[in-house]
Amino acid sequence: MIPAAFEYYRPKDMEGVLSLLAEHGDEARVMAGGHSLIPMMKLRMADVPHLIDLQDVGGLSDIEVGTDSIRIGAMVTQSDIITHEGLATAAPILREAALQIADPQVRYMGTVGGNVANGDPGNDMPGLMQCLDATFHLIGADGTRDVPARDFYEAAYMTAREDEEVLTAVTIPLLKGGHAYEKQKRKIGDYATAAAAVQIVNEGGTCAAASIAMTNLSDTPIYSQAACDALVGTSVDDSAIKAAMAAMLGDIDPSEDNRGPVAFKKHVAGIILRRAIERAWSRA
Amino acid sequence: MKDEITRDERVDNLKGMGCSRKRVEDARFTQGKGNYVDDIKLDGMLFGDFVRSPYAHARITSINTEEALKVPGVLAVLTAADLEPLGLHWMPTLAGDKQMVLADGKVLFQGQEVAFVVAEDRYAAADGIELVEVEYEELPVIVDPFEALQSDVVLREDLVAEDGSVPDGAHGARKHPNHIFTWEAGDKDPTDQVIAEADVVATESMYYHRTHPCPLETCGCVASMDKVNGKLTLWGTFQAPHAIRTVVSLISGIEEHNIRVISPDIGGGFGNKVGAYPGYVCSVVASIVTGKPVKWIEDRMDNLMTTAFARDYHMTGKIAATKEGKITGLHCQVVADHGGFDACADPTKFPAGFMNICTGSYDIPTAYLEVDGVYTNKAPGGVSYRCSFRVTEAVYFIERMIEVLAIELNMDAAELRRMNFIKKEQFPYKAALGWEYDSGDYHTAWDKALETVDYAGLRAEQAQRVEDFKAGKTRSLMGIGLSFFTEIVGAGPVKNCDILGLGMFDSCEIRIHPTGSAIARLGTISQGQGHATTFAQILATEIGLPADSITIEEGDTDTAPYGLGTYGSRSTPVAGAATAMAGRKIRAKAQMIAAYLLEVHDNDVEFDVDRFVVKGAPERFKTMKEVAFAAYNQAIPGLEPGLEAVSYYDPPNMTYPFGAYVCVMDIDVDTGVPDIRRFYALDDCGTRINPMIIEGQVHGGLTEALAVSLGQEIAYDDMGNVKTGTLMDFFLPTAWEVPNYETDHTVTPSPHHPIGAKGVGESPHVGGVPCFSNAVQDAFRPFGNRHTNMPHDHWRIWKTANELGLHE
Ligand SMILES: Cc1cc2nc3c(=O)[nH]c(=O)nc-3n(C[C@H](O)[C@H](O)[C@H](O)COP(=O)(O)OP(=O)(O)OC[C@H]3O[C@@H](n4cnc5c(N)ncnc54)[C@H](O)[C@@H]3O)c2cc1C
Repeated sequence: MIPAAFEYYRPKDMEGVLSLLAEHGDEARVMAGGHSLIPMMKLRMADVPHLIDLQDVGGLSDIEVGTDSIRIGAMVTQSDIITHEGLATAAPILREAALQIADPQVRYMGTVGGNVANGDPGNDMPGLMQCLDATFHLIGADGTRDVPARDFYEAAYMTAREDEEVLTAVTIPLLKGGHAYEKQKRKIGDYATAAAAVQIVNEGGTCAAASIAMTNLSDTPIYSQAACDALVGTSVDDSAIKAAMAAMLGDIDPSEDNRGPVAFKKHVAGIILRRAIERAWSRA
Repeated sequence: MKDEITRDERVDNLKGMGCSRKRVEDARFTQGKGNYVDDIKLDGMLFGDFVRSPYAHARITSINTEEALKVPGVLAVLTAADLEPLGLHWMPTLAGDKQMVLADGKVLFQGQEVAFVVAEDRYAAADGIELVEVEYEELPVIVDPFEALQSDVVLREDLVAEDGSVPDGAHGARKHPNHIFTWEAGDKDPTDQVIAEADVVATESMYYHRTHPCPLETCGCVASMDKVNGKLTLWGTFQAPHAIRTVVSLISGIEEHNIRVISPDIGGGFGNKVGAYPGYVCSVVASIVTGKPVKWIEDRMDNLMTTAFARDYHMTGKIAATKEGKITGLHCQVVADHGGFDACADPTKFPAGFMNICTGSYDIPTAYLEVDGVYTNKAPGGVSYRCSFRVTEAVYFIERMIEVLAIELNMDAAELRRMNFIKKEQFPYKAALGWEYDSGDYHTAWDKALETVDYAGLRAEQAQRVEDFKAGKTRSLMGIGLSFFTEIVGAGPVKNCDILGLGMFDSCEIRIHPTGSAIARLGTISQGQGHATTFAQILATEIGLPADSITIEEGDTDTAPYGLGTYGSRSTPVAGAATAMAGRKIRAKAQMIAAYLLEVHDNDVEFDVDRFVVKGAPERFKTMKEVAFAAYNQAIPGLEPGLEAVSYYDPPNMTYPFGAYVCVMDIDVDTGVPDIRRFYALDDCGTRINPMIIEGQVHGGLTEALAVSLGQEIAYDDMGNVKTGTLMDFFLPTAWEVPNYETDHTVTPSPHHPIGAKGVGESPHVGGVPCFSNAVQDAFRPFGNRHTNMPHDHWRIWKTANELGLHE
């Protein structure tokens, strides 16, 4: 469990980061909390001759709760999310989800940027960000650009981010309605067997809007428009929930692993979604 | 001297037996000041690490080390060819087999040691490993022992004669090239007859999956050969340092007095650190070759994939009973998967350990056990993971068979147990498979347990839950897990217990210092059990000096008396007995000194807590402290100066701790997630030395039992790849997954042990595994479940529910 030799850099500003990335191309990678990257390097599954630590780069660790959106810097840790008071009222689903990620030690190090940029289908925040319709802000040699979370993920570890781009922040439109992040895992510190992020709006007993994304049930997070559609306009009764579950099952494509075979995962995915919808609806 | 304190206060001051004395070890452990093998740093120390096989079965056609040797800092790469001239490319195992130190022409399991890279630091070694080029020619892989016994694929060509015949192994005749041994206990024909004629017979097959002890500290060592004085010092994670010294001497040819083995602090063993590993041999050779100290430390994956596993027992049982439920016979047949080499850690005469304790706590008149050991393409091992030699397997087997029989008889499983318990007045009890149980009072323990948990109330609640479930009011089922176990620990009597010919006695040597403090050294070695705390308590009570004034030292073969080490809950039953006996020798001499000082006859003084008093004149006394000083400053006629003793204790019998456990569990039928609502553990370990340490041991053992029964496994795919080689997939529970344990006890001392203590370290694991498993299985009993195999992880529980038609 010892990584191959690498050069370590700790630039003070984004300019420094970008010039290192330009110089070393795909031989370089940025590191945030290192809690996904370093294990991969130790297992020699990631070869990173030039490691650029983002810790000293300023301006990446702020949480701004605005009137119509929330902006979270890439280096904000999962622990910061849990303890931030403004977020607890503006976007309680973030806290609910973050508390189900890993364990406290990992959450002190692991960042929002690292979690969403990593591209591991097991990470919880990508699905969450899709559910919340977040926008990712990237910076590269050619300037900045924005990519919607729902367009960001291409395949396992493959995202819309170019190698020489850095993710600086995510923006989430202010949330409405009830929320739930439901996750089944084998133990603390485990990635999801199945997880569902649900945000739902109740207008006079009718579902006015719904947003549903699933985690670790395909090689990318799955935002299920069909599942949302199955709820909108209904009273979120049993048949609507069943329809949403069925629609979601049409969108996911889980594979067998140590957590269990495909049939089990699909069944659990349905149950987890049902529970998430019921909880979100009860809060809506 | 004025004596103002009361007798009770004098007793308290000793902190002797029965006192929940705080662990003296914890000051250093909780401050990060322990001294583990990897903390040892010597001048010029090198680091060695292994190139390991990615294949489970392959021939090695070439090994090229050229590129690796070019890595800056890499000094040498050892292969089997380098070890062969020394005769060290193979080594003996504890089970009478031999094992490759480095792959000799082929590999038999994934992760097998192929080459040893020696470098200036572990980083260079890791880079060197990447560059050793090994060419493999893949061979058919066998991961199923039943298939192995049918297959034409020979795993161990070294164990087949040139004419293709299969010579005997260390444990007798072998019936196939991939067969290791057949071991039997009990009476076959009478058992078959009882079963043939019985009112009721329950038959069940169960697989006790392969798992791993996974101590927090992995295995490792530092070997340092001093070429000037010819002495080899070997620090390592050894649960049996003295045995390791003897083994090293036998295989290296270095005289035993020139070898010093030291076990420093050990971060958990649980059986994983009993055996000898290629890393030890390679480190020693590398130190001899380079003249420098060489360190080898496993990483987590090495530890999980290659060092000793536990279980992997396929067990088929038949249990016969009258229609009223009185058990008349038991038949147990086992196919044991030992992996590529038989490196099982059992006493020589017991290739299946003490599996023949599988009649459990029940008075079963007739029984038969047959175990076949088999080679497969998996890692070698087969240790007792927190249990004495396969006792966990045995207890799991019988506690499942009882449940299955209860189903067959349509009886309550608690009542069935009670009906068949060995009765108090039957002890010492001679069991059908050979053991003589020393003492027990099972009915009292069982009744206390059932009463405390309100067993009848729980059953009523469960019945209501089943109704609610059927009515669609809940999706949760409730399981009540029962287990009553009898352990067999304290190996063991030299007449039938040895390891590699070394009798399984143990030892204690005591030196009393002039000012009334002492040091005692033992042949055991603590790995977290708190020996420095408890052994001092035994002595405090025996010799009357405060436990706080007694240092306990273990693990250095140059200073400690010879002993067989710590595993199988043997330290208290064997070394603890030696400690008491050595203490009594001290006391006997002290009594003569006291009598001299008091100017009375030896027989006119008696020992009282911390002093000798003149019989009938309690105001005339000499404290042990005074006696200690006198031993060094008085010329006493007929007595040598000094106050020391040593005892080597050969136990007359094993000890048989027992206990009654109950687990209450809610199971989410839709997701397969279990929730342990309650866990009650009553342990009877005989005399209780330190109740706090006992409780800690019970909590730890139960947590490991929870792990094993609910998810912890070493799983292989068909190609022999380990699927659970990291802690992401190998289940190690955290505080979050662990329930609040309720502990309780009864006390039935061992009649043959000097202080009546039986050992407790492993009981909770032995009793816990079937208890958790029975809870899961009991939840589904109302829907027709008979038996499902562990580990009961989410998907397997879900599968049970699914197969019983409990999902939409
Ligand atoms: C034991 C354990 C359990 C875990 N359990 C969970 C879990 O249940 N759920 C979960 O979601 N996660 C889990 N994780 C992962 C954890 O949350 C990680 O911290 C997170 O996935 C990555 O964040 P990081 O800051 O550590 O990123 P790093 O490891 O530093 O980086 C991860 C990847 O993202 C890239 N990257 C990082 N920051 C940026 C950036 N600003 N711009 C562009 N690229 C960037 C890196 O180059 C790297 O490729 C677990 C980790 C561990 C060790």
